[in-house]
Amino acid sequence: MANNPSIPGGLTADEVTARYMVREHHPEQGTLLGFWIYLMSDCLIFASLFATYAVLGRNYAGGPTGAELFDLTLIAINTGFLLLSSITFGVAMVSAQAKKLGATLFWMAVTGVLGLAFLSLELYEFQHLIHEGAGPSRSGFLTAFFALVGTHGLHVLFGAIWLVTLMVQLSKHGLTTENFRRLQCLSLFWHFLDVVWIGVFTFVYLMGVLP
Amino acid sequence: MSDQLHHAEHDHDGHTTFVTHYSMKDYAIGFLLSLVLTAIPFWLVMGHVLPPETTKYIIMGFAAIQFVVQMIYFLHMNSKSEGGWNLMALLLTSVLLVIVLAGSIWVMHHMNANMMPAMGGASDTRHGMHDMQ
Repeated sequence: MANNPSIPGGLTADEVTARYMVREHHPEQGTLLGFWIYLMSDCLIFASLFATYAVLGRNYAGGPTGAELFDLTLIAINTGFLLLSSITFGVAMVSAQAKKLGATLFWMAVTGVLGLAFLSLELYEFQHLIHEGAGPSRSGFLTAFFALVGTHGLHVLFGAIWLVTLMVQLSKHGLTTENFRRLQCLSLFWHFLDVVWIGVFTFVYLMGVLP
Repeated sequence: MSDQLHHAEHDHDGHTTFVTHYSMKDYAIGFLLSLVLTAIPFWLVMGHVLPPETTKYIIMGFAAIQFVVQMIYFLHMNSKSEGGWNLMALLLTSVLLVIVLAGSIWVMHHMNANMMPAMGGASDTRHGMHDMQ
């Protein structure tokens, strides 16, 4: 770039290099900001699903209501799994920052197991509901319920797949700058899912049980 | 508290960049606060402690607080991270979120109230609506 003879604006080679150096630094931060903007757009997907649930959540079509269907003990356990997985991922991040590869992989594995425990309980709940004849086609309430909770569950599933992929990359290449950045993105994604879950358990489950 | 989450680093160009510092203490605080802020709403609903209408508003309040707690302690949000741009993106998203949620609920509630055919004592204005269905 500095070798280009026709530099616009009459800049010296040093000034051009300085600008070039500044640009060099941005991709590092840019990835996290870009990923954050993706999360915000994902937020809007969830917002529309929450809005759908807010509109249809009480349209039971003569079918079962939330108070009849939801098992809050199960949901409390599931919320616990997700919350625990948040702090275990936190420990993985602290370990990764301290350049402890073994500890990072261990805590990522624990996070993955907790994520799968969450998914298993959710699948059990879905299967139980469908078995009772309360599938997504039963009423507007259940369509909105399966769409919202199912989308969250799919996100957790993709997060778990990403987690395993990243564990393979970490064990192959170690805690490189690139892998740490990927870990930071996954950290944002995983904690974001916990934030969405606050909305799900409050508005869908707890308020669905209230008359 | 957000100063603990981020520490300023000066690179060789003299630019100040804010690098997220992952501290165990912050995760522990976030986890304990979230645990309490989750347990209380579940207890209120499962134990039928308060009247349903009051419970509804209280658990919404707890959800809002837990949202802020997780944003700060888990997602490390503050006004300085990414040069303030991710806070700006969050604020813009919040505005859109409120429009989508409040707008849908408001519009659909009025549709429901004005177009329900089974509603007794249909006035003249409602007959016009019936013809459209």
